[in-house]
Amino acid sequence: MAKISIDGIQYEVNAANNLLQECLSQGLDLPYFCWHPCMGSVGACRQCAVKQYRDADDTKGTLVMACMTPITDGGIYSIQDSQAVDFRSHVIESLMISHPHDCPVCEEGGECHLQDMTQMSGHNYRRYDFQKVTHRNQNLGPFLNHEMNRCIACYRCVRFYGDYAGGSDLVALASHHHVYFGRHEEGTLENEFSGNLVEVCPTGVFTDKTFSAHYSRKWDLQTAPSICSGCGVGCNTSPGERYGSLRRIVNRYHHDINGYFLCDRGRFGYDANNSPQRVTEPVFAQARINGNSEASAHKSMTALEAARQFEAMTGGEVIGIGSPRASLESNIALLQRVGAENFYPGLSDGELACVREVLLLLREPGLHCPDIRGLEQCDCVLLVDEDLSNTSARMALALRQATRNAATAMATAARIPPWQDAAVRELAQHERSPLIILSPQGTRLDDVASDTFLGTVAQQIRLLNAISRCLDPHFDAPVESPELVARAETIAGALVQATRPCLVSGISAQSPALIQATANVARALRIRRKGETESPVDLCFAMPEANTLGLALLAEGSANTLSAALSRLAQGKADAAIVLENDLFRRAPAAQVNAALAGQLPLVVLDHLHNAFNAHARLLLPAASPAESNGSWVNYEARAQSAYRVFAPKEPLRASYEWLTPADPVQLPLIGSEEILAQFASAHPGFAALRKLLTQREGLSAVMKSPRQLPRYSGRTAMQADKHVHEYRQTLDPQSPLSFSMEGVPLQKDSSLLSVAWAPGWNSNQAISKFQQEINGELQQGCKGVHLLTRDGVDASYTQTAQLSEKTLSPYFISHLFGGEEISAEAAAIQARASGPYACIDDKRARELGVNQHGRIAVHAGELSVTLPVLIRQRIAPGGIGIYCAGELDRFTLAQELRVEAVAEEPDMLLRSREMFRHLLINDSWQGRNGA
Amino acid sequence: MNSQIIASTASKVVARALTEQERHEIDHELSLYPDKRAVGLEALKIVQKHQGWVSDESLHAVADYLGMSAHELDGVATFFNLIFRQPVGRRVMLFCDSVSCYIMGCENIKAHISKRLGIDYGETTADGEFTLIPVPCLGDCDKAPVMLLDGEQQRRLTPEKIDALLDKAGVPSSLGNE
Ligand code: SF4
Ligand code: SF4
Ligand code: FES
Ligand code: FES
Repeated sequence: MAKISIDGIQYEVNAANNLLQECLSQGLDLPYFCWHPCMGSVGACRQCAVKQYRDADDTKGTLVMACMTPITDGGIYSIQDSQAVDFRSHVIESLMISHPHDCPVCEEGGECHLQDMTQMSGHNYRRYDFQKVTHRNQNLGPFLNHEMNRCIACYRCVRFYGDYAGGSDLVALASHHHVYFGRHEEGTLENEFSGNLVEVCPTGVFTDKTFSAHYSRKWDLQTAPSICSGCGVGCNTSPGERYGSLRRIVNRYHHDINGYFLCDRGRFGYDANNSPQRVTEPVFAQARINGNSEASAHKSMTALEAARQFEAMTGGEVIGIGSPRASLESNIALLQRVGAENFYPGLSDGELACVREVLLLLREPGLHCPDIRGLEQCDCVLLVDEDLSNTSARMALALRQATRNAATAMATAARIPPWQDAAVRELAQHERSPLIILSPQGTRLDDVASDTFLGTVAQQIRLLNAISRCLDPHFDAPVESPELVARAETIAGALVQATRPCLVSGISAQSPALIQATANVARALRIRRKGETESPVDLCFAMPEANTLGLALLAEGSANTLSAALSRLAQGKADAAIVLENDLFRRAPAAQVNAALAGQLPLVVLDHLHNAFNAHARLLLPAASPAESNGSWVNYEARAQSAYRVFAPKEPLRASYEWLTPADPVQLPLIGSEEILAQFASAHPGFAALRKLLTQREGLSAVMKSPRQLPRYSGRTAMQADKHVHEYRQTLDPQSPLSFSMEGVPLQKDSSLLSVAWAPGWNSNQAISKFQQEINGELQQGCKGVHLLTRDGVDASYTQTAQLSEKTLSPYFISHLFGGEEISAEAAAIQARASGPYACIDDKRARELGVNQHGRIAVHAGELSVTLPVLIRQRIAPGGIGIYCAGELDRFTLAQELRVEAVAEEPDMLLRSREMFRHLLINDSWQGRNGA
Repeated sequence: MNSQIIASTASKVVARALTEQERHEIDHELSLYPDKRAVGLEALKIVQKHQGWVSDESLHAVADYLGMSAHELDGVATFFNLIFRQPVGRRVMLFCDSVSCYIMGCENIKAHISKRLGIDYGETTADGEFTLIPVPCLGDCDKAPVMLLDGEQQRRLTPEKIDALLDKAGVPSSLGNE
C-alpha cells in the first residue's frame, strides 16, 4: 500500500499497479483508450495524461501518461490541472480527426467508450476541416461488422486478438494516418474469441453482426443476469431482449470465471432462441395412439389442455430422464415428480461413469479444482485429451495466459511491473511456462505448448501411468519403452519444478480410465511434493454442458443409468416416460433408443427446440429456453450460479419446472424456481448450500424489485400500439427479485443482480470498473455462486486403470466449437461456421486407402455404414482416425471396431466436401504467432 | 494432393514456390537470428529484389517459409512504404518532396517529370518502365532538389537534368500529354 495525493486528496493505493488503474480503482474519472484492465498498458493513445509533481514545492509538474506511471509512495498527482485537461482535450481532438459523424447510425452509439471519453475530455467542436482519411471495410464473416473509418488507432484490437487470444489473422496494416486494422485479405476472422472485439474496441469498428440483423440500442434492451449454457464453464452473460426476441449477448464480469471475455459460441449462440426450430406450442401426436396417418395427427392445444393431457398420460409408475442442458430446478422438478428410483440422469453411460469419477475427485482433500482465474495462475499445465478450444473455450483462453507466467516471472526479476505489457513481451520473447498437451490430434493451443504428445486414449493412459511412476516409484505401472519413459520423465520434471502445477482434462472421450489415470498423476504429484508443500494439487475436468455436474449430483447414490432406463422402456416396465430437454439419440446407440421407442410407452418430452428424438413424443411440451426461465446451473467446479429470465416466454410456453410441478391446472404458471430450490435444499443436506443462493434473493426481494429495463427504456407505452391503444400491463414476476419494468431500485451494486454495467458518464461495458471493489477485483456485494461440494472425501490411493486395447481401430471423436453443441448449433451465425460430419486421417492411411484430401471414405461399424468426407491432417495420433459426428452420427455405434474403405469420388461431391471444410479452425502447418 | 497445408479459412491466394536463389538468401538471414519471424522484413526485401515487388503469391510463400501467417507478414510489408505490394516499373524514382527540396522548387521538377512521363505520384508508365513515388528527406538537403533513381542519388535537379536522364533512357519527348 502507498499513500498518494491526487488533486489534493489523499488516497491509499496499491503500489503494484499503475497510476491510471489506481485512479479508476478510486472511482475517479480519467479518460483512456489503449489501456485495458486485463491487458495492461502500452502508452499508445496518450489520452490518460496527468500531472506528476516532484514534491510539495513543485508547482509546475510534468505531464505523464498515468497508465505508464508506476505509483510512488508519497506521489503527488493532478487530474484536474489545467495543462493536463488541455492536453487530453487536444489528444482526443486529434484522435477524432478522421472519425465520421455517424453516431446516430453507429451500432456502438449509446454504449461507446469513445463517446464517453470525448464527453469526458470536453472535445465537442471539430476544428479540422480538411479531407478525412477513409478506408474500405472488410467482410469478416458471420460474426462481426467492420467499419474502419471509426478507428482511433488505439491498438487494443490487435493486442487482444493476437497477443491475448493467439489469433494470427487480424493485424495492424500500413502506418501513420493510413493504419488499418483488419486482415490481409477479406475473410472470416478465425479466432474463437473474435466476438470480444465488440467490447474490446472502444469505438464502432467491430460490432456484432448478428445484433445488426435485429438491432436495438443498449438502453432499449431488457436484460437480466444470466449464465451461458454453451458448456460447463458457466460464464456470466447479459442477454438483451426487445419485442419478445433475444437480440444479443454481452459479457457480464465474473471475477473468478469469465472475467472480461466470452467465447464465440457463448456470444453468438443466443440466436437459437429465435430459431424456426423452436417448439412454440404443445404437440399432441394422436397418430401414435390410434394409428392415424402422421399428417393429420397433430392437434394444437392451450397450455391448460396440455397440462391436463400431461397429467392424464403420466399416472402410475413413470420413468423420468433428466438433462445436463436443463436447469437444476427443472431436473429437481422431474426427480420429485417421478421419485428417485425412477429418475435417470440423461447422460450417456460413458459420460455418467466419467462424471461419477469426477464427483469423487472433487471431494478429495488433496486435490483442488481451480476456477478460470486460478488456471491463469498455474505455471505448468498438463492438458490431457480434452480439446478445450472446441469444448470449453474459455478454459483454453485461460491456459494460454498461464503460459505467460514465465514472462511475468522474468519481468518481476528484472523489476518490470507486469502491467508494462509491451516491455514484458519484449523481454520474454518466446519464454513460456510449460504447457504439455496429450491429444489425439493437433489442437489450437499447440502454438503455445512446450510439448505435444499425439496419441489415442490408450496411448495417453500409458504415458500418464509412466508419469505417475516417475513421480512416485511406488506407483504400479507396466514397464514401458525407454522413449516413453524418457518422455514421461521430462513431463514429470516440469510438474515437479512448478510452484503451481495443474492437470486439466475433460469427459469428451467418455473414458473413465483416462480420468483415473489423470487423477493418479495428480495424486503421485502430491505425494512427491510432500514435505515441500502441503498445498493441494490443481486438477479439473471440463464439463460439456452447463449442468452436467448438477445433474450427476442429483443422481448421486443411485445406480440408474440411461441404458437401464431405455431397456425398461423397451420392455414396457413402467406406465409412461418423461424426457426432459434431451435428444436421446445423442446419448445412446440409435438401436437402443429405437428399441425403447418401440416399447410404445406414452412418452412426454419437454423441450424448446425440435430434434430427432422429440419428434417421437406422444406429447411434446413447449419449454421456455434458458433465457426465458430462471434457473441454477452447476459448472465444472460444482459451483451453482443463478440465472434470471431475461423476458417472459410467449404463451403457451412454460419453464420445464413449471410443466413438471403438478398444481392447480387452472392457475398457470405454477411454481417458482425459488420454491423448488428452497424445498429441495431443506430436504437434502447435500444441497443445503443452495440456500445461500436464495437467502440473498430473499433479502433483496424483501425491499423492492430491481428493474430489468434501464431508466431510458423507450416506447413502453407505444410498443404494442399496433395491437391495442391502451398501455399493456407489465408482465409480473413473482418468482424473482427482478421486475419486467423500468421502475424499482436498481440494485446494480449487487453482482448477482447486475444485469448490465452502466454508470454516470460510462455507457459502455467498461462501466464495470464502477462496480468492482478495485480494478480487476471482485464485484461489490452479491453472490458469486456457491460451491456444492466440500473436500470432505478421503484421499484415495491410486485407482487401478483398465488397460485399453490398442489393437482394434477405434476412432477418437472430434469436437468443434461451432456446431458441436446442440442448442447453439441452431443459431444461424454459428451454422455459417459449422461443418458436417467428417473423418480425419493421416497421410499414411490416406495413401493406404488411396484417398485424397477432401475425398470420401466409407466407415462401417456394426450395423452402421456411413460415407464421410476426409480431412487429411499431419498432426494426428499414429494410426488414429478421428470422426466428427456433428450431432448427426451415432457415436456410440461408431465407437465399436471400425472398418474403413475408400469411395470413388464424384467431382461434384469433392467440391461440396471442400466447401464444407471452409470454416474449420485447423491449420497443421502454422506454428503460431510465437513459433520460433 | 496437398496435405501439407489445411488452411483454416480458404485463402484465394496460392503461394508460389520461392526460387532457389531466394531461399538461399533467406536461409542466410535465418542463420543470423534466433527467431524466424525476425527475418520477415529481410525476406521481403530479398523477394522484392528478385521480383521487383511483393505479390500476394510471394507474400504467402514467404509467410509459409517463416512459419507465420500471411496477415502478420503483410503487417510488416505494408508498414514499410518501400516494400511494394503493387507492381512497380522497372525503374523506381523516389522523389523527395520534403522541406528543403520544396524550398528549392521540387514541385516544378515533379511537374516536369509528370509531363514527360505522363504519370503522377504512385503511377507507372504504360510501358512499365518508370514509377514515380514521393519520399521524405533523402538526407541530401544541401544539394536539393533530390531524387533516388536505381539506387543512385540524383542531385540539384533541373528540368534539363531530368530531360538528359530520360533521353538517355530512351523516353520519347512526346510521351507526355501535350
Ligand atoms: S479498430 Fe478499434 S480497437 Fe482497433 S485500433 Fe481501431 S479503435 Fe482501437
Ligand atoms: S466457454 Fe462455455 S460457458 Fe463460457 S462463453 Fe464459451 S460456451 Fe459459454
Ligand atoms: S491509456 Fe494511457 S496512453 Fe493510452
Ligand atoms: S528535403 Fe529533400 S533531401 Fe532533404
